[in-house]
Amino acid sequence: MTDTTAAIEVEDIRKSYGDLRAVDGVSFSVAEGEFFGILGPNGAGKTTTLEIIEGLREPDSGHVRLLGENPFPRNPGLLPRIGVQLQASAFFEKLTAREQLETFAALYGVDGERAREMLDLVGLAEKADTREEKLSGGQRQRLSIACALVHDPDILFLDEPTAALDPQARRNLWDVLRAIQERGKTIVYTTHYLDEAEILCDRVAIMDHGRVLALDPPASLIRGLDAPTRVSLERGTLGIDDARVLAGADDAHEDEQSLTITTRTPAPLLSALAERGTLDGLQVRTATLEDVFLSLTGREYRA
Amino acid sequence: MTAFKSLSRAMAKGYYRDKATLFFAFVFPLMFLVIFGLLFRDGGDEMIKLGVVGDGPVVVALENTGAVEIVRPGLDEGLKQVREGDLPGLVEVDGDSVELHYAASDQARAGLVQGLVSGVTQHVNVQATGQPPAFAYSAAQVEDSSLKPIQYLTPGILSWGIAITAVFGASLSLVSWRRKQVLRRLRLAPVTVGTVLSARIVVTIAVAALQALLFVAVALLPVFGLRLSGTWWLAIPVFLSGILAFFAIGMLVGAFCKTEEAASGAANIVVLPMAFLSGTFFPVDVAPGWVQAVSLAFPLRHMNDGMLAFLVRGQGAEALLLPCGVLLAFTVVVSAIAAKVFTWEDS
Ligand SMILES: Nc1ncnc2c1ncn2[C@@H]1O[C@H](COP(=O)(O)OP(=O)(O)OP(=O)(O)O)[C@@H](O)[C@H]1O
Ligand SMILES: [Mg+2]
Repeated sequence: MTDTTAAIEVEDIRKSYGDLRAVDGVSFSVAEGEFFGILGPNGAGKTTTLEIIEGLREPDSGHVRLLGENPFPRNPGLLPRIGVQLQASAFFEKLTAREQLETFAALYGVDGERAREMLDLVGLAEKADTREEKLSGGQRQRLSIACALVHDPDILFLDEPTAALDPQARRNLWDVLRAIQERGKTIVYTTHYLDEAEILCDRVAIMDHGRVLALDPPASLIRGLDAPTRVSLERGTLGIDDARVLAGADDAHEDEQSLTITTRTPAPLLSALAERGTLDGLQVRTATLEDVFLSLTGREYRA
Repeated sequence: MTAFKSLSRAMAKGYYRDKATLFFAFVFPLMFLVIFGLLFRDGGDEMIKLGVVGDGPVVVALENTGAVEIVRPGLDEGLKQVREGDLPGLVEVDGDSVELHYAASDQARAGLVQGLVSGVTQHVNVQATGQPPAFAYSAAQVEDSSLKPIQYLTPGILSWGIAITAVFGASLSLVSWRRKQVLRRLRLAPVTVGTVLSARIVVTIAVAALQALLFVAVALLPVFGLRLSGTWWLAIPVFLSGILAFFAIGMLVGAFCKTEEAASGAANIVVLPMAFLSGTFFPVDVAPGWVQAVSLAFPLRHMNDGMLAFLVRGQGAEALLLPCGVLLAFTVVVSAIAAKVFTWEDS
């Protein structure tokens, strides 16, 4: 990006563990106020990349600029401006949710009032007096996110924040994150939920084997894929040969449940189907990030 | 709240909410104190009795040594007891003459009594001349045998309890914080290593102070009968230097070990032999020479010595130098090694 107010600039960073190239030449930059997603299967190098940017790990080579400064070794000037939720949550022993937050708040010179607000924000108010080890996985995850937010950082790093969350909590977190972004903050996050990334992110980087395979706004990635729209019907509503000759239809397949017609011009196809009155169980599926992922990695995405 | 205060609070809460550590810091050493204190309660009888007939400066001086228990059976009864071996000696003072009657059957005790009475008499003689003594004489060795078991058990078990608190506390905190990623998280927070360390040290000192209060209070109960010396407060610098030394050892153990199990094993390996060889359960002076020599390499021995010197022996400030010096030197060296070995995370 040519943006002069880049919050993060990453230039050809590499990190190997023995023979394993965990991060193998990654470059990108994140603009201030951007919501940036990193996607990729297990072991793709997402966490390693994030931790290099945060200053927790030293890259073998390459450069990182975080708010214009080098984050490694530990750069105390940067620390109050970034908020980090590590993939494995980190808590003090035997403290309640509220005490954890108050302790983290104090580390950043933030008062306890703000700590309690954070509990509300992530929906943990009624668990305030529960010890961290007695929280459920998703509640712990939410607490960990709250700890990252407590000092209202300029850049927020979240490593799979929605991993253990139920659908309701996930959606609540989306709202929280959107609100944070609206206040001009930068968010960098990793996820395995492609649908979520599509909704939330301004841009996503798709990683595999330590490399960035693609980097663009989700919509551009999907458009660039030039994938056909798939219209499926209940099996038996229409013969496969009839389907193939419908207006706009490119091809048709049948499996045990459904008949799927692929098309690049869905409008005439849908009106043809409507004319014939064969709309039973009709589903229209346009390409998603999952298709992008499949075409980039040759692998099905299994979240 | 400042980072320091809130970290200290978090650590203190983590500490007292852990029943197992509370047990090992407070109940476990106290059990030893109570059991040994009761077992050896009559150990005071080991203090040598000395029959006395008559009065005078020599008798006063003998009483002041605190090394013997003065009894006054009367001349005839006293002589009979000496003859029957119930009394190791009888001092008969008549004006300027001091005569010691003793039975040679128990040579060791007889020798002790002879040495003591003649020593004290000579001392009084020298004083009577008003001249400074030609040879300075220290009575330190004689005092040892006067220590009732509770007098050495209390400082010994207190030092040991503090060593447990500091070594186990520091090493387990460090390992568990590393494993639970708290260290990495703290590394990302604008808090200095010094703040984190001093918060942990302050919590350790607070726990050790509670241990000291508890153990000393129990030992002071009439059943045990501890008698604190007038210079007990000089034990405070020894107490603090001891905590630092053991905290540093805990840090070293924590820096080396990857798991809590390994750390607690290693901490045991460090603390247990030290406890047995440094005079926790018995005065180190009665141990074989090699044990005494080996024990000098242990910080616990020096902490014991220091605590003993001030809690019960009433020594002066000059006796601070050796124990505090050794303990602080230990702290510096061990911390330097720990800092070298330290890692923020398992790699
Ligand atoms: N400390 C380490 N030592 C050795 N290898 C490591 C270390 N950390 C990560 N790796 C390896 O580097 C690769 C990338 O790991 P990383 O944690 O960055 O993946 P990820 O994309 O975050 O995966 P996930 O989705 O499972 O979180 C993996 O193959 C992992 O085994
Ligand atoms: Mg990861």
